[in-house]
Amino acid sequence: MTTNSRGAPLLATQNLCRTFGHGPDMLRAVDRVSFSIQPGEIVAIVGESGSGKSTLARLLLRLLDPTGGQILLHGQDVTKLHRNNELKIYWQKVQGAFQDSFAAFNQFYSVRRSLDRALNVLDVRLPSSERKQRVENSLREVGLEPDILAKLPHQLSGGQLQRVMIARALVTGPELLIADEPTSMLDASLRVTVLNLLMDLRKRHNMSILFITHDLGQANYLSDRILVMYRGEIVEQGPVAQVLESPQHEYTQRLLADVPRLHGKAHVLNV
Amino acid sequence: MDVYNVRAHYSAGSGPPVKAVDDVSLSVSEGEVFGIVGESGCGKSTLAAVMSLTAGRNLTVTSGEMALGDHRLPLTEQIRIPKGWRGIQVALLPQRAMNSLNPTARIRNFIVDVVRSHNPSLGPHDAIRQAQERLEQLSLPVRVLDSYPHQLSGGMRQRVVAVISTLLNPKVLIADEPTSALDVSSQKQFIVLLQELLQRGFITRVVYITHDLPMLSNIADRIAVMYAGKIVETGTTSQVIESPQHPYTQALIASTLDIDPQLRGRQIKGIPGAPPDLRYPPSGCRFHPRCSYVMDKCSREAPPIVGDDSRFAACWWTLEQLEKTAVKETER
Repeated sequence: MTTNSRGAPLLATQNLCRTFGHGPDMLRAVDRVSFSIQPGEIVAIVGESGSGKSTLARLLLRLLDPTGGQILLHGQDVTKLHRNNELKIYWQKVQGAFQDSFAAFNQFYSVRRSLDRALNVLDVRLPSSERKQRVENSLREVGLEPDILAKLPHQLSGGQLQRVMIARALVTGPELLIADEPTSMLDASLRVTVLNLLMDLRKRHNMSILFITHDLGQANYLSDRILVMYRGEIVEQGPVAQVLESPQHEYTQRLLADVPRLHGKAHVLNV
Repeated sequence: MDVYNVRAHYSAGSGPPVKAVDDVSLSVSEGEVFGIVGESGCGKSTLAAVMSLTAGRNLTVTSGEMALGDHRLPLTEQIRIPKGWRGIQVALLPQRAMNSLNPTARIRNFIVDVVRSHNPSLGPHDAIRQAQERLEQLSLPVRVLDSYPHQLSGGMRQRVVAVISTLLNPKVLIADEPTSALDVSSQKQFIVLLQELLQRGFITRVVYITHDLPMLSNIADRIAVMYAGKIVETGTTSQVIESPQHPYTQALIASTLDIDPQLRGRQIKGIPGAPPDLRYPPSGCRFHPRCSYVMDKCSREAPPIVGDDSRFAACWWTLEQLEKTAVKETER
């Protein structure tokens, strides 16, 4: 890793693999992926649909077991953690936010109940006053007022629900947020406010964010580094400016050429 | 094609109706791609349903008329549309291709169903031959005819749906978010196909509805910006993108994330608030609660149309700006 020589990484993977099926039909959804993310860094993973971005997110959240390779958190191998208690400790530090906020929440649970249940990954059962305090704090953190606690998911707008999802991830005070296409279902005007929220969280808590997207525009706006995924492999990685202005891999070049530009050809990057 | 004064609402239980489209008129000339852009809930898909004559029973069209060539058609009674309009004069290209193809039928059988429901005199073999020719002309693989929808990629499915919906050479193709579910590379292939359909004269006009402004600026000749059921600004693509007049258009363009190096490390502002509930639209200008140039007048009176039919913005602030520059020029 030439790009992250400074300091110890928060999270790193080594030759991480996940295959589905076997024999000639075997699909290598994630193929020998190695990268690392520093504390306080925002890294974007970009790629087309089917490139393995979301499978990688599920592996890193330990929702899916890898078929090979390692995930290291603060240098410790967490790939072998299986018992719920062990995974809970991992989830205190690594949390996720997903694309479809309507599907992610139980339709019959109020916002209060969903957020309160997220506190169950802590080792100790906190007194109810402190639980309440934590839930309200994380809601304020994402710019929502506690008066929505009693509401059900269908009573909230898409933008609000996406914020609740980020609040849910924040109640445990994670060090890394894995955000899998958190804004792709939002409109352009709301999208920017959610991305700004992620930037603020990084500033306030030095939180690392792994931002998974298919939209190079968003990756350009938010992230420090970009990893380009193609057919399960990371084909290119580097600082945003480097990847977008002088892409090395043929796939990255093609992807950049296909992105529609708002201001026509005059502003096209020197690709 | 001209569409006049479309008003449509959804009845929502005992509550007030949702006025999804409120007095929208537009005109599309021959050979043109007309883009409609707006956020979710602004009524653009409702407008697509009304224009493509496919409004459901829960959607009541209270006024509206369509003129196409010498023909005029009232849009108010969507169930009694005369034969020869739906699918033949006006065709819809829907958003989710997977949902519009039959998952249990091969594409060839589906094509026979579609073509023969519009033109029963055409035999199945003729219908398939026509489709085969069309695929060859557009240099798409003919083998898709023998495939089931699940065997095709998302991008290919959407292209196949585009070919099927234009098989009868409709005068107008209404494309409602056709590429939203596709990645950028498939999007590009889809646009290339649409342009080819236009160039070869299989379709003569496209109304392209999307929330994706960069995409639209690459394909549309003219753009209308919709907000809360109304068109707030319209003009040629370069007018709307390079010199937007309405504050909403300006904010929308400012919050569009391009891969512009200047955006890196900067924090840009989104549009505060959320689109209004169309059961209770805001008084006066519907954008005034979110507008950064809001004046007293905006919440009281409906905004004036500044400009003419082909290039206008509906806004008090735009009018004021225009008057200021006019005063300055007379002083000189």
